[in-house]
Amino acid sequence: MNTFLAFIASSIPIGVPLLFGSTGEIITEKSGHLNLGIPGIMYVGGISGVIGAFLYENACGNDLAMMSPLLAVLIPLLASIAGSVLMGLIYSFLTVTLRVNQNVSGLALTTFGIGIGNFFGGSLIKLVDSDMPSIILTKTSSFFRTSLPFADDLGWFGEIFLSHDFLTYASIIIAVIAAFVLKRTRVGLSLRAVGENPATADAAGINVTRYKYVATMIGSAIAGLGGLQYVMAYANGVWSNNAFGDRGWLAIALVIFSLWKPNMAILGSFLFGALCNANNYIQGLGTATQELFKLLPYVVTLVVLIITSMRKKREHQPPQALGLPYFREER
Amino acid sequence: MSNANTKQHREPLFHVVKRTELSTGKAWLVRGAAILLGFLISGILSVLLTGKGFFEIYEIMFKGVFGMLFAGRLSQFWVFLQKTAILLCLSLAVTPAFKMKFWNCGAEGQALISGLVSMFLMISLGGKVADWFLVILVVVCGILAGALWGIIPALFKAHFNTNETLFTLMMNYVATQIVAYYVYLVGQGSGIIQPVSYGNLPKIPPSDYFLNILVVVAVMIVMSIYLRHSKQGYEIAVVGESQNTARYIGINVKKVILRTMAISGAVCGLAGVLMVAGTDHSVNTNSMGGQGFTAIMISWLGQFNPYIMAGMSALVIFLQVGAAKVADSCFMNSSFADIVAGIVILLLVGSEFFIRYSVKFRTSKKEEKQ
Repeated sequence: MNTFLAFIASSIPIGVPLLFGSTGEIITEKSGHLNLGIPGIMYVGGISGVIGAFLYENACGNDLAMMSPLLAVLIPLLASIAGSVLMGLIYSFLTVTLRVNQNVSGLALTTFGIGIGNFFGGSLIKLVDSDMPSIILTKTSSFFRTSLPFADDLGWFGEIFLSHDFLTYASIIIAVIAAFVLKRTRVGLSLRAVGENPATADAAGINVTRYKYVATMIGSAIAGLGGLQYVMAYANGVWSNNAFGDRGWLAIALVIFSLWKPNMAILGSFLFGALCNANNYIQGLGTATQELFKLLPYVVTLVVLIITSMRKKREHQPPQALGLPYFREER
Repeated sequence: MSNANTKQHREPLFHVVKRTELSTGKAWLVRGAAILLGFLISGILSVLLTGKGFFEIYEIMFKGVFGMLFAGRLSQFWVFLQKTAILLCLSLAVTPAFKMKFWNCGAEGQALISGLVSMFLMISLGGKVADWFLVILVVVCGILAGALWGIIPALFKAHFNTNETLFTLMMNYVATQIVAYYVYLVGQGSGIIQPVSYGNLPKIPPSDYFLNILVVVAVMIVMSIYLRHSKQGYEIAVVGESQNTARYIGINVKKVILRTMAISGAVCGLAGVLMVAGTDHSVNTNSMGGQGFTAIMISWLGQFNPYIMAGMSALVIFLQVGAAKVADSCFMNSSFADIVAGIVILLLVGSEFFIRYSVKFRTSKKEEKQ
């Protein structure tokens, strides 16, 4: 039972970056844009937060007592959001205003973003002439990881539900809000209309360009937080290059798995987290078999993708205009 | 009131019009400008980050790629050609699929799975059968494995219209994890497979890489003829333009989708064979180095024209190798290469807008009316 508890409790943090990533991607895809730049954006979100935190820690002379908890959290948070929104802006300028191919721009953005992450991750210390041997932001991380004080007193309930960092709860809240906005508000209806059929939306007086831009940038900001959560909470503030791995692609897989519904993504992310985590909790697995277990999330996604396309239920399909540029004069 | 009315009817400052056609020369002028701008921006960025002089940066890049060419040491240049060839091979592979508007984002996986099959044969049959037979077996099975990895998403696309972008993307990671599994299995937990000396592709002088380069050049020529001058190439173009038209003129769309993806996967498989049996003699999850994704951009930037794609591949490899040298020279992380390549590619992608559309500014007609 204890192992099971530990399994659940340790699976949740693995799912959180995926939840951020897929909520962001769902919002973007609802506007008709398949943003394959998400993996790059998540790297940028992570490294921007790291740069912010690094500079702040340096400015405080690496002294924990000098750091204000509010600033220690706020600076990386804002830096992360700024970085990923900028990436989203590049993407939307290319695909909305310049109407170039979304797959190509997205993949280029991913190359670019991962490059930025690894470059600054590897060179930041040299660039600012710091004395630190490597980027280990345990102090900032300790602020990010502050969990509810009474979590330890509540036994298994506390361990599973209350022992996490605030970004974990934020990810769930954001997903719930996103689900609500998409499903129940006028803004959400308009956004979905833009993604399904931009020409009709345009005729109905919806500002298609603005919806696409805003959706992409909000989506990027949310996805970027996934990168931040990974570094600051999951990795204890230690940035190592490529450690984030292919979580960005898993987030895109999760979008399909959750059938473009953020509230489904909450369940999906923890399932994916458990699938990624399972190899650590099954006794007697060799390293090789562990690698084979990491295949599970992708295979599950493929199965979902195939089944939904076979069943052809309309509410389970991708937005109809996904991936297509919209040019008003071409209607 | 009237004031408000005129405000509403005022023409916007500029509007975008689709061009009928821009002459090839002008189009290349636009792309050339984008590349130049990319070099300029990445140069400035390098100066800011490294503190070296502006032209020094380009000197390092150029020397890093071609430097030893004049001194008679060709090894660096061969590496450059080899990398260009592999990238070009993958780009050629995805092109027929793209022309059919089938977004094959799975080049990485299709090449990796072929590399894995090659490695498996090299290890399990090495020394047990005649080496010439093993080489043939490796080439054939590698290519077939790539084709199979390409046909799977095509089957679902043809029958259920399953989204191929997402399907092929996922297939990449399925392939990667199978390779990771195999590497740990064979490498006894070390995560490294030592180079195997059986079943290697023959080497022809003057360089270890010469065979790879020759093969890719041949593929380039064949692919260009196939796309432009064959019946199948024409069918691909028609299916890409409009599936309804294709059906109307009696083209079996499903068959074309399956056949094209088999070819696409097979050429990716060839790239995997060239990498594993021809170059590394070993395999790991990073054997293709992410070039499967770069290839997608190359194919698109090259307008699906194999010869232009060769130029684009060379450009991107030049940037990647050169920028890595710049980063090395000041002890920075070599991922700088990805940033530079990313900037140039993003600008090139963006420049397509000015080739397809023209921006018309508001003319002063209104004033004449008044």
